[in-house]
Amino acid sequence: MLTLRCPYCGVDADETELQAGGEAHLKRYGPGSTEDEFHDYLFTRENPKGVHLERWRHAAGCGKWFHAARCTATLEVFGTYTAQTGEPTQEIKDAISAKRPGWSWREFS
Amino acid sequence: MSTRLQKQGRLIDRSKQITFKFNGTTMRGFEGDTLASALMANDQMMMGRSFKYHRPRGVVASGAEEPNALVGLGEGARFEPNQRATTTELFEGLTSISQNHWPNLEFDVGAVNTALARFLPAGFYYKMFIHPQPFWKHVYEPIIRRSAGLGKAPDKETKDADTYEHFYAFADVMVVGGGVAGLQAAKAAAQSGAKVLLVEQTAHWGGRAPVDGGTIDGMEPGAWVEQTLAELQAMDNVTLRARTMGAGVYDHGYALAYERLTDHTPGVQGPRHRLWRVRAKQIVTATGAIERPLSFAGNDVPGVMLASAMRDYVVNWGVTPGQRVIVATNNDDAYRTAIILKKAGVDVLRVIDARTSGGGALADEARSLGIRVDPGKAIAKVKGGKRVKKVAICNQDGIGGAREEVACDAVAMSGGWSPVVHLWSHCGGKLIWDDAQAHFRPDPARPPLGADGNGFVVPAGAANGPVSLGEVLADAQTAGEAAANAAGFAPKTADAPKGEVEVELPMEPVWLMPANADTPLRMKAWLDFQNDVKVSDVQLAAREGYESVEHTKRYTTLGMATDQGKLSNINGLATLAKALGEDIPQVGTTTFRPPYTPISMGAIGGEARGEVFQPIRKTPIHDWNDANGADWEPVGHWRRPFAYVRPGEGVHDAVNREVKNARENLGLLDASTLGKIIVKGPDAGKFLDMMYTNMMSNLKPGKCRYGLMCSENGFLIDDGVVARIDDDTWLCHTTTGGAERIHGHMEEWLQTEWWDWNVYVANVTEQYAQIAVVGPNARKVLEKLGGMDVSDAAIPFMGWADGKIGGFDCRVYRISFSGELSCEIAVPASQGLAFWEALLEAGKEFGVMPYGTEALHILRAEKGFIMIGDETDGTIIPQDLGLNWAISKKKEDFLGKRAQQRSHMTDRNRWKLVGLETVDGSVLPDGAYAAGEGVNANGQRNVIGRVTSTYYSANLDRGIAMGLVLHGPDRMGEVIEFPGTDGKIYKAKIVDPVFYDKEGKKQNV
Repeated sequence: MLTLRCPYCGVDADETELQAGGEAHLKRYGPGSTEDEFHDYLFTRENPKGVHLERWRHAAGCGKWFHAARCTATLEVFGTYTAQTGEPTQEIKDAISAKRPGWSWREFS
Repeated sequence: MSTRLQKQGRLIDRSKQITFKFNGTTMRGFEGDTLASALMANDQMMMGRSFKYHRPRGVVASGAEEPNALVGLGEGARFEPNQRATTTELFEGLTSISQNHWPNLEFDVGAVNTALARFLPAGFYYKMFIHPQPFWKHVYEPIIRRSAGLGKAPDKETKDADTYEHFYAFADVMVVGGGVAGLQAAKAAAQSGAKVLLVEQTAHWGGRAPVDGGTIDGMEPGAWVEQTLAELQAMDNVTLRARTMGAGVYDHGYALAYERLTDHTPGVQGPRHRLWRVRAKQIVTATGAIERPLSFAGNDVPGVMLASAMRDYVVNWGVTPGQRVIVATNNDDAYRTAIILKKAGVDVLRVIDARTSGGGALADEARSLGIRVDPGKAIAKVKGGKRVKKVAICNQDGIGGAREEVACDAVAMSGGWSPVVHLWSHCGGKLIWDDAQAHFRPDPARPPLGADGNGFVVPAGAANGPVSLGEVLADAQTAGEAAANAAGFAPKTADAPKGEVEVELPMEPVWLMPANADTPLRMKAWLDFQNDVKVSDVQLAAREGYESVEHTKRYTTLGMATDQGKLSNINGLATLAKALGEDIPQVGTTTFRPPYTPISMGAIGGEARGEVFQPIRKTPIHDWNDANGADWEPVGHWRRPFAYVRPGEGVHDAVNREVKNARENLGLLDASTLGKIIVKGPDAGKFLDMMYTNMMSNLKPGKCRYGLMCSENGFLIDDGVVARIDDDTWLCHTTTGGAERIHGHMEEWLQTEWWDWNVYVANVTEQYAQIAVVGPNARKVLEKLGGMDVSDAAIPFMGWADGKIGGFDCRVYRISFSGELSCEIAVPASQGLAFWEALLEAGKEFGVMPYGTEALHILRAEKGFIMIGDETDGTIIPQDLGLNWAISKKKEDFLGKRAQQRSHMTDRNRWKLVGLETVDGSVLPDGAYAAGEGVNANGQRNVIGRVTSTYYSANLDRGIAMGLVLHGPDRMGEVIEFPGTDGKIYKAKIVDPVFYDKEGKKQNV
């Protein structure tokens, strides 16, 4: 059972307090988008063995959504960060690089 | 025969006799006995029968690893099946029954299976069950269900009489296992100042050391254990729990421990079991090792035991399983058993040592006591049915010929020791193969990793591979220090206590005895005692192509029993490796999964049972409803009245009465459960335009609008009436079950997509009681109570107004889910009950009656209104339901808009909503499918629609229904067929879904 630190309230939250929200940093496509763009937005997801960026909600806590960078293979957590960003913060990218040099995830590295 | 010895028994108190029952027979034991030791003292070696062949089975081990001695414990509401006699502490009045036999333990009809063994090979179930299909129903189900299986489930009419609890704990270092390694590791960690939790599954500290002998710092191990325990108890930062098993290790230092508080003292107040939910920075697994059986023919006959267990019974409980014992071994350790037995006065006929070199110092000691040692020998076969009678001895390096038979009544076997690596492995710790000891042990380079990417489990002592006392203690010291260090404490480096034992010669792996045993012998050489898996079964699986150990496990059921292969796994996979011609490490192990041994369902549930299993949400009017005939229906976490049943009335009579009364007079509905969400802020209108398919930003203050919500996939997720309160405030009604979900949905989009929009949302569902006042007399009762203008001019249909009615603070929404003249009136929750009662009192002269959810459903169905969850199921878009009028064409964007343009969503073959009228007026079965022309690939009739809502309408005196039908709206008047599960064909005409007051006159007065 994972523990993630909620970046809003600072609590090291048990997984039972959290709600998983799938992949982070999806770009929303709406009316006017092509079939492929919209299909990928709805259904195509990363499924890496390794570095992954995810959305979580501190559902049984402060209620805030946040992002987590972690390794799906070892469950190592590189850090958690605000949900109000379209890409991982530099601090998070550095934290991942320190542990997983040369990592990449979608367009980020 | 098995008997109590005159002396020995360090754990029993011979001055305190205990009476207990086994299969109805009264027996006697002593305080400190386990059920297993007490049964043996009463010469009851046979304790059950095996799963598949119903072979007689006796106790084989002395602890948690026991596969055979499973009993049903207790009676009535406290009956519990499959309890291990070896871990059951004896208490006065204990009742136990043996399992898996009929009619009784001594004579069992199912034992005929053993004669049929050659027809019940590995994979028997898979092979037989392929065909023919009718056999399932008439042969396999009734017969195999009865003959297979272990204990019986408790009577379903009884409820567990005990209580259970969860307990949350935090530790810097958790140490699992209270043997000498666990004690030493805990001490080493605690000396750093770390907060230490030490748990031990048995009632006793010290593990095997007090039985196995040697010295620690010059002391008897038992004395050292007492001293160390006292030191730990004196430390404030150490918590010690006996009878507490480390059950599982999970991600990021989470661990479960299972404490058995009152199993040994029934009747004592308080919870029976406690589940510890532990967060530890580091976990030390000092879980010891388990001895492996030897695979020889007849190794399952009662009286054949693990060598270590046999000396446990002698030393700990003063019982011996036999009077003339043969010891079979591949290592020096088993000689301890021979020596202890001999010194206790038991006749040890021989030690059969598979090693041609024989043993070391311990073997010499055995010889000096006059015990005959036969090196290079093997047990060819144990003879006897319910008890060991003879042993046939042969050479280890043969096929089992040239046997010498020796009469005896017990056999001690030892195939070497396997570290208990379960907790290390639960969360991903990897293993390496140790050739010298022929076992898997934790690979220090690949521990389970915590959140920081570093290992968080440290194995200690025998669980880490070392076997001799000195090595175990040194390893435990290192482990304790390492765990404290990793938890952020500076350990005080100290020398480990000095443990000294006899030097042992290397063991030699023996996976089959004799090494090349012929087929008849291999067919009687058991690997898994509980599940009846033999050497020949695993070899057959290998021949049939099962190369993966995981597949072999499932095909043969090796290691799938309640003991989870604690004794059988290594022997089984060694057998598989040999059959495949591979090395053991290449074959690998099956996955170790928690819990380590079965834990009670009660402990898992904890306090969450009965009323506190799930808290019930209650409206302010709940108690009134309860006192006035409410037939409760769960809706989300709420309870709502299905109908208000009067004395002498049936539920459906009540429903029909309520439905008619709401249309003819005056009905009241407790609608407090409806979700109410405030959306407020400068961007609230823009936000709601994204949330709803229709336009909400242009709604005028004082007005209401019905809205639909879709997911980004286009599917309907909720509906409800939205009221604009003021310039920047809207109030959104959701379905009863949808309030929290829709609130969360709004929060998610606001926090993660449009975080720059200035909008707040608040779920105020429980702040208000809401009462629907429905029917031709609705206005009359409100006017009678008086206080505000509720005329059509003041509050027109789909308008709302604040004011006072009868002195209550009201917000009156002129909306209707019934098609009648209707106001839904919200009052502060604290005024809800009083307002409800005031309406009932004032409404008497107008024929007032409360109505429940079923009447609500029928009223809305008569009007063709959809219900989320009936007409929708997560695959339905508004267009399917003819709700195009509620989808804005002006808005550039809303959640679901793009999805509803996808080809499948615009397909004209999507089933569409229609009304359905049975030809004969009967009620269509709910969920029935309409059958069309032709059949599908499986030979089933094609379906062209299904019923989504169906009711008897008292107002129309006929069945009415809605359904989704292929090209439905284009087929008005057509009659289609719905085959029912009752064999009848229901014919229904496709009609408009509005059955009652098509023009909508009644709500507009």
